[in-house]
Amino acid sequence: MNEILTETRPLRIAITGISGRFGHLLTRRLHRRHTVVGIDRRSFPGAPADVELHRVDIRRKRCEEIFRKGAFDAVVHLNVMHDPRASSNEHHTFNIQGSTRVMHYCQRYGVRKLILLSSANVYGPRADNTQFLTEDAPLMGGDRFPQIQDIIGIDMLGQSFFWKHPQVETVILRPVHIIGAVRNAPSNYLRLARPWTLAGFDPMVQLIHEDDVARAIEQALEPGRQGIFNLAGCEPAPLSHLIARAGGRAWPLLHFAAEPLLQKLWDLRLTSFPPPELDHLRYVCMVDAARARDVLGFTPRYDLDATLAHLALTRSLLG
Amino acid sequence: MLNPLRQLLAQRLDARLDSELLDRIDQLKASLGGHRTDAFGFDPDALKPVIPFVEFLYRTWFRVQTFGLDHIPTGRVLLISNHSGQVPLDGMMIGTSLLLDAHPPRAVRSMVERWVPSLPYVSTFFARLGQVLGTPENCRALLAEEHAVLVFPEGQPGINKTFDKRYQLQTFGNGFMRLALETRTPIIPVGVVGAEEQYPALWNLEKLGRLVGAPALPIAPTMLLPGIGLLPLPTRYLIWFGHPMTFTGDPDDDDTVIGGKVAQVKAAVEGLLQHGLAEREHVFW
Repeated sequence: MNEILTETRPLRIAITGISGRFGHLLTRRLHRRHTVVGIDRRSFPGAPADVELHRVDIRRKRCEEIFRKGAFDAVVHLNVMHDPRASSNEHHTFNIQGSTRVMHYCQRYGVRKLILLSSANVYGPRADNTQFLTEDAPLMGGDRFPQIQDIIGIDMLGQSFFWKHPQVETVILRPVHIIGAVRNAPSNYLRLARPWTLAGFDPMVQLIHEDDVARAIEQALEPGRQGIFNLAGCEPAPLSHLIARAGGRAWPLLHFAAEPLLQKLWDLRLTSFPPPELDHLRYVCMVDAARARDVLGFTPRYDLDATLAHLALTRSLLG
Repeated sequence: MLNPLRQLLAQRLDARLDSELLDRIDQLKASLGGHRTDAFGFDPDALKPVIPFVEFLYRTWFRVQTFGLDHIPTGRVLLISNHSGQVPLDGMMIGTSLLLDAHPPRAVRSMVERWVPSLPYVSTFFARLGQVLGTPENCRALLAEEHAVLVFPEGQPGINKTFDKRYQLQTFGNGFMRLALETRTPIIPVGVVGAEEQYPALWNLEKLGRLVGAPALPIAPTMLLPGIGLLPLPTRYLIWFGHPMTFTGDPDDDDTVIGGKVAQVKAAVEGLLQHGLAEREHVFW
């Protein structure tokens, strides 16, 4: 599988937020070839035996100790809290303070590579978006959807870290909607039997298979690769097409009625769909992934059929 | 429940369209590499329900005559046209001519206003027919994929002229020329005669238009007639395609340098218009 990495020496890699579903996936991909050290306040049941785990909050002092003794070659920072129900204060301190500390430790303890997993959602779905946003497009995602501001914040922290500390190769990855066993909004949405849509709107949507994201991270570990990269997966398709192919039946609502209705349901805790995310059902937020292809050497392996087949598999797996 | 009905409708529609048309749509589909839409959301199958209506406008209502369709090169090209008629039927007729009368058929991609994506149904309808939000990046991406892109460099001041200003070209924007230089795309000047008279607007109530969020509010006396008055007058359209023009130079040159090149294209469009007007026997036939 790892045609690019076969020549590189094994690395000592720290993965923060290893206990998330994507952390599991990445660990399974990396641990046979590299030494993987996991940092997370949650447990990782069924972790491979050769993975060293530290159950600690990344904001704690003990985390610095792990970095000091760890002699890591690379850090993959996945520890970003996404729970839209959590208080914004808790979210913000965990995400921003935690990420700031991880960056600080990388610089202080000689880590040579830092990989941050941002998201293409930082650009935000907008009516006036050009079809394919490049990496230098403004990060407007927080305009309507405050919950994404933490990711924008981390993305920007990463950018300033990149310039201030050139000795650390910083990579910021901005994947489009990740599809798979991960419990994120797009995967959950496409797993629904009757997902909401907005009548009259059918934007083009890009998806990426979770394995493709993990492979991009692996490629980003290669020495010399740094910078910001949009990651796109399979061919884009209209939302209605994705829903139909995923086996769902769209439930179209009038857009001006949908938002207040969803807001009410959200307030009553009857839905897990944050109301401002309705814009994703309305406007495009697609990326130009040419830079990842040219500089990172990343091309997705999974087409739309394979990506959605994988989603169907996880649907039965997750019940 | 709806799917069998949809399939039945699609079959009936296929039966209604003649085989040459279906063949033309299939030729467009062949370029999508097996996908249903391209990355911008263009779906050639979406043309099927629209074509009978558009073909009626093209062949019967406006009795469009085209000249110089064979000047259009294969591969990427910018079609630069005058803009008129209050409602962008000129764009629709240029697109129809390339779809129905060009060999091989081409799907013209035109650039739409920024508020279009925020309109329900309209946004989807336009996207499926190949219309794209008018940003330089989108235009660049379409040209990179060797598409024919239609641009009206006069923009809204061109289409919303009152009747006294008919066939007077308004200021051309420079953007298309910078893109043509950057992507080395040939330019075909296009002159549309006949659209100016379809809705002869006597007034443009811009201030009132702005109140309802529209950039203009042209009033043609025919529009005051209920129902039938909203139809465009059945003028005869003559569409003249000029010879390809190629330009070289720095796309980031000063406005005055770019403006000089734009003026050459504008003069070519003007030439086609004057020629077309001289050749025209009557507004309606």
